[in-house]
Order: sequence, then structure tokens, then C-alpha cells
Amino acid sequence: MAAKVLTVTSGKGGVGKTTLVANLGVALAMQGKRVVVIDADVGLRNLDMMLGLENRIVYDLVDVIEGRCRLRQALVRDKRFPDLFLLPAAQTRDKSAVSPEDMVQVCEQLSDRHDFIIVDSPAGIEEGFRYAIAPADEIIIVTNPEVAAVRDADRVVGLIEAEEKGPARLVINRLRPEMVKRGEMLDVDDVIELLAIELIGVVPEDRNILVAANRGQPLVLSNNHSLAGKAFHNIARRLAGEEVPFQTLQEPGLFGRLFRFVRPE
Amino acid sequence: MKFFERLMGRRAASGTVAKERLRLVLAHDRTSISPALLDTLKDEIISVISRHIAIEPDGVQVTFSQRAHETRLVADIPLASRRRGR
Repeated sequence: MAAKVLTVTSGKGGVGKTTLVANLGVALAMQGKRVVVIDADVGLRNLDMMLGLENRIVYDLVDVIEGRCRLRQALVRDKRFPDLFLLPAAQTRDKSAVSPEDMVQVCEQLSDRHDFIIVDSPAGIEEGFRYAIAPADEIIIVTNPEVAAVRDADRVVGLIEAEEKGPARLVINRLRPEMVKRGEMLDVDDVIELLAIELIGVVPEDRNILVAANRGQPLVLSNNHSLAGKAFHNIARRLAGEEVPFQTLQEPGLFGRLFRFVRPE
Repeated sequence: MKFFERLMGRRAASGTVAKERLRLVLAHDRTSISPALLDTLKDEIISVISRHIAIEPDGVQVTFSQRAHETRLVADIPLASRRRGR
């Protein structure tokens, strides 16, 4: 069985791509799937830290491409799940060291021994983005309910359509339900209407995500049942083909309902 | 205070403002038609139509309307009000 290649991208930086990739990788591994996560952000390596694997790196993606090691040697096995691997980015090189064809080849070589390959794209729409989407069977666009992130996501939607790579699916990250309730933040429906692409998950803002990053222990590992952790698990289940209903992030209070009644638009 | 202003319809919630601004900017981004180009279009539309019909040039509006993947260029051109005996 050939692996499914998912590329996570966003246009704008800092919206939570790497956090999403780390959590999806672990969540799919928890389902018993064989997963490789690839850090495609050459020069700005970070996925290793999110996973707590930064001390285990020997070789990286560019070493594989330039033939200094075999692909298997560069894969870092996760401490917790024997079927989860990281292919780290090179830290002292830049994006010109990787081509779209290189990424396609690496993913093809990984294809038969894994179920999912998740590529963490660099921010931007330049060469890093181009090689990250080259091997993708499916693309996930991450955005925040915020004007700059939505605008950049729309550019990426357009570029993906132009490359005939789509249709991409959307993750809305860092939503603050209490701000949406007050009308001070774009709502999920607003973002979907503006971008006109299919939704695959909504992740609420959660301080535990920062704590998880501090420790190198993705949030999906903890059993504190945070809404964000649940949201990551749900996205992973949807990626694995399960039908999972979208959770309500917060019940609208009486005040919220009254407010809608007063100004229905 | 903000809440009451909003309740009275004097101040739109910033979420709504964000959505409206994005609607417009995405229409421009997707078509790569700049606001300056829209202004040029507007001026030329006014001059072409004025050659044939009397219009109110100050009331002319050339804008985008955006629904999902469908973008339209909308020109709203008020005709000059005709008064008898002129």
C-alpha cells in the first residue's frame, strides 16, 4: 500500500503549521498508523523540537538528497511510537538545496513502508513552498481567523489551484470562541465563505500548546482532554477517512443569543 | 460602552469589519485588478456613457461583488434626473 502524502502549508508564517504537523503525526501514530513527518523548512528546522527529538538527529533531508547517507539513516525514530519517524531539515543550508523532484523522489522511496507522509512546508510562496507541495496527494492549509493570515491563505489556495494540486482542505487554528461571541473575531463560517474551500478542522487557542512545545511533548499525548488536543485528534481521524462531527467550541450563552437576535447579520 | 454603541448600530463589530475588508481585498488579489485600475475604469465608463446618455458622474460606482469563486465587476450608473422644460 502506497503512503498518502499530506503537505501542510499556510502562506503566512506563525499560524501553527509545525504544531499541527507534530500533533497529526503523533495522533496518527496513536491510531497505529506508520507515519513519517518531514521538516521541509530547510534552514529553519523546528519540527524536531516540537517532537522532542532534537538530540537524536544525525543526518538530514539535504544529506539524503546529496547522497551523504541513505534515506533510512536519516530517519529519526520517535521515542514513544516505533512507527513514527522524523526526517529533519538541514539547519545550515538554504532552500536552494532542495528541488520539487527531490521531494517527489524522497516521498516515493518512503511510500511502501508507511501509511502517511506529512510534509511541513516552510512559510511563504517561494521555492520552499513549491518543493513542499510537489509530492502532495492532499494539501492542508492552516490559517488563523485574522485578516493577514486569511489573505495569505487565499493566495495559497490560488497557487495550489494553478498547480492543479488541490482541492486543499482548511484548518482554522487559534480560534478564540469568546472573541467570536463578542463579534471581535472572524467566525469559522466567515473564513470558509471567504476562502471557499472545505474545512477539515478548527483548533481553539490553547495555552497548553505552548506548554507542550516547551516540553517537546505534542498536546495529543496528554490526557487532560483539552479542546485543542481533541481538535487535533479529530483532524487525524478525518484524515484517516473517518467521519467525525465538528465539535462545538463553546455553547452560545443567553447573552450571545440575545445579541444575535438584535443584530441577526 | 462599545457594546451599547454596537447595539445602537453606530459601531460595527471588528469581526464584521474584518470580513468586509477581506471580501474586497481578496477580490482585488484574485483578479489582480488594483483600486487604481478600478478608478481608471470608472473614469472611462463615465466618458463613454456620457457621450450617449446624460448621467450623474458623481454617483457612479464601480465595485466588485464576491460570492465564493464568482467575482463580478459591478457598475452602478445613475442617470441624470430629467426635469421637464429644460
